[in-house]
Amino acid sequence: MEDKIMKVNLKVWRQENAKAKGKFVTYPDVETTPDTSFLETLDILNETLVEKGEEPIAFDHDCREGICGMCSLYINGHPHGPAIGATTCQLYMRRFKNGETITVEPWRSAAFPVIKDLIVNRNAFDQIQQAGGYVSFNCGGAQDANDLPIAKVQADAAMDSASCIGCGACVATCKNGSAMLFVAAKVTQFSHLPQGQVETARRVKAMVKKMDELGFGNCTNTGACAAECPKLIPLANIGRMNRLFIAAKIKD
Amino acid sequence: MATQDKVKVMSPEASKIPEGPIAEKWTNYKAHQKLVNPANKRKLDVIVVGTGLAGASAASTLAELGFNVLNFCIQDSPRRAHSIAAQGGINAAKNYQNDGDSVYRLFYDTVKGGDYRAREANVYRLAEVSNDIIDQCVAQGVPFAREYGGLLANRSFGGAQVSRTFYAKGQTGQQLLLGAYSSLNRQIKAGKVKSYNRYEMHDVVLVKDKDGVERARGIIAKNLVTGKFERFAAHAVVLATGGYGNTYFLSTNAMACNVSAAMAAYRKGAYFANPAYVQIHPTCIPVHGDKQSKLTLMSESLRNDGRIWVPKKKEDAEKLQKGLIKGSDIDEADRDYYLERRYPAFGNLVPRDVASRAAKERCDAGYGVNNTGLAVFLDFSEAINRLGIDVVRQRYGNLFDMYEEITDVNPGEMARETDGMEYYNPMMIYPAIHYTMGGLWVDYELQTSVKGLFAIGECNFSDHGANRLGASALMQGLADGYFVLPYTIQNYLSDQISVPRFSTDLPEFDAAEAKCKAFQDHLMSIKGNRTVDSIHKELGHIMWEYVGMARTKEGLEIAIKKLNDLRKVFESDLKIPGKEEGMNVELDKAFRLNDFITMGELIAYDALSRNESCGGHFREEYQTEEGEAKRDDNNCFYVSCWDYAGSDTKAPELIKEPLHYEAIKVQTRNYKS
Repeated sequence: MEDKIMKVNLKVWRQENAKAKGKFVTYPDVETTPDTSFLETLDILNETLVEKGEEPIAFDHDCREGICGMCSLYINGHPHGPAIGATTCQLYMRRFKNGETITVEPWRSAAFPVIKDLIVNRNAFDQIQQAGGYVSFNCGGAQDANDLPIAKVQADAAMDSASCIGCGACVATCKNGSAMLFVAAKVTQFSHLPQGQVETARRVKAMVKKMDELGFGNCTNTGACAAECPKLIPLANIGRMNRLFIAAKIKD
Repeated sequence: MATQDKVKVMSPEASKIPEGPIAEKWTNYKAHQKLVNPANKRKLDVIVVGTGLAGASAASTLAELGFNVLNFCIQDSPRRAHSIAAQGGINAAKNYQNDGDSVYRLFYDTVKGGDYRAREANVYRLAEVSNDIIDQCVAQGVPFAREYGGLLANRSFGGAQVSRTFYAKGQTGQQLLLGAYSSLNRQIKAGKVKSYNRYEMHDVVLVKDKDGVERARGIIAKNLVTGKFERFAAHAVVLATGGYGNTYFLSTNAMACNVSAAMAAYRKGAYFANPAYVQIHPTCIPVHGDKQSKLTLMSESLRNDGRIWVPKKKEDAEKLQKGLIKGSDIDEADRDYYLERRYPAFGNLVPRDVASRAAKERCDAGYGVNNTGLAVFLDFSEAINRLGIDVVRQRYGNLFDMYEEITDVNPGEMARETDGMEYYNPMMIYPAIHYTMGGLWVDYELQTSVKGLFAIGECNFSDHGANRLGASALMQGLADGYFVLPYTIQNYLSDQISVPRFSTDLPEFDAAEAKCKAFQDHLMSIKGNRTVDSIHKELGHIMWEYVGMARTKEGLEIAIKKLNDLRKVFESDLKIPGKEEGMNVELDKAFRLNDFITMGELIAYDALSRNESCGGHFREEYQTEEGEAKRDDNNCFYVSCWDYAGSDTKAPELIKEPLHYEAIKVQTRNYKS
């Protein structure tokens, strides 16, 4: 792993706060290496900005292992950049060319207002989960775990939907700003499990209602969400949720 | 430093360990503790700082019981707390595999894995409630891995001879946290939990009661978006703020993980216990350069099938270091599987501290395999030859992909075939800071030495002794949050039912907030030349070099001096751009760095005072002829508790809590036979 130096130009969205007007600022010739991650390249740029007494670029990040869902960033027109099935923090500079200009923007969606620079407010996602993303069960009263056999295929399907990291890439990439894939992943997870099935109708109605209230757009089945999802949550989740939603509404 | 004979010793009652045989203590405690009735629970408020496994499970369970909870999280959502990154699994004594597991065996393995430095009664309780955790999580809809018959699947982890680890792919922490988050969400919707996101705790506020006893009655937290300090009052404060691994700058911890809440408690009189017990995880991706921001863990589950080795011949190692050959070029006969050689009974599945030191020993001897000489191989050739690439990919495919994304090397790619053996590209790994066993001292009730201030999860020191076994962190976090604290805190709160809600206008809140503000003004006024990260990196270098995997008296004394100098640099030459108002990421990092420096000193003081090697604490002076850790049970059979001396620049005072073992015979750890 010999360090080869490469240089990139970073064209970054800067915005002082939620109310301020933002603009692109280009930082030329940022020195990095192919084995350095994209966020570490932002760290390098930030370090030089701080040394000059300028405010560093604010961006969300935490685990840097692709699991917490904190990092976001629209890079060269793709949420989480060019890699398939990876988050921004798992993106390495070897994906880019020496001398390339890389455009970095925040998630752009009415439901995710900018807080500062590249940081947006994703509180709407929490509110949708609060509306019904749970099994109504108090700690302490559970039966023995193996008293409830669950077919492996159902458990695996629930796990696949449960892999959603709540990053918001699906909303950011959708031309309608729809949160359907995010909501569907939770609804689908529980619908595969007997523990979750009891409340399916109530859950799906409550979560969809909250999603609509919060200003997320409609789904027109373009499929960009699933294509750009860093956890590759399939579009079939949305189909399943629609069926559950219709079934719940018919019962009303 | 106080000399050995002048050291204070804690009274045996302080730890509040219940009477009776080990297996009956928790039952007895619950049978006789005081409870709060439902009508009174509604009148009581509890602050829970942190939303990881411990924090989220405690907040939701307290709210389910009827208490009003204020829950704080540093990220933008409770779901992002660092528990989410735990990969491998969670232990429980279910014995679903019929392989001889039991509550006692899980208890025994945990105490032995912790090198006989944990408190027996706490560990037994942990093992006892472990089974309830699995039941609870399944009821919540956590999608654990299952067998075709529909029952739960298990895998093996280091330090155990049974399969007791439950898992959800390589994302167990994520699924357990999302389970706790779902329960938390239900309580937020019900109005029982008020959730504060993008808030960071800066101080704990103590208020004297009518008898003059100081009690934790609230916190000062900074709203990271507005930049304003805000006040919050409650009848009790629970810290679930994780460990202090980022003191070393590079660790597997998330970027926001910090020790500031625990340091605030420490400065207010909460003892800090066993800070020297730092876990160094053997299977991380090696450091590649000085711009690196964090280290990535490769799950311990890889050691089920991966074999760890370095070359037998030094000239091969030198060629690897120069990049002249690759690992797959070295023939089977010229490979030294040093863990299998040294520890035949446990082989590649020895506990983490043992595996880490063995890697360091080989690299120090010149057998390291990358350009820095600080890496060993983790090889799947044997497993792929035995099981086929499809089976191995099924088990570890996501980890192979993750490794390839970071290093550009695919461990599942065949390099050559010689004499019927297929050679695959090995992974390169090296130990890295991962978990901290030390933490705020707590009694059996998980209460710190400050009344009304509790600490749960990695934030406390309670259950892992000098070394934590794999898949036990998730167990402890959830045990504390779901099944221990919701009981024990009532024993405290039952006395507080007549205490009315506090106003945050009390002079104690004024003073605490003014102090936070004054320190912030001071940081902004320094206007020096050094960035926060440059000082933090220097701190990390000092810690890794002198207070890392192998420590000496001389080295630790140097570290204390260097840390003292570094504090002066921090206080005189720090540079923070921007303003106090609004979001200022550099300013927030500076606050944390100040606490990391104090924490670093605390680790060094503790390591210097503990004249033995045990678990995650290895002093070169105390080792056997074979290089194994040498404990001193005659002189060091205690928990070291550090009492703040009133100033960060003064050496803290050591108080010892002697350990008493009734159920387990203390002996030398043996993973050889």
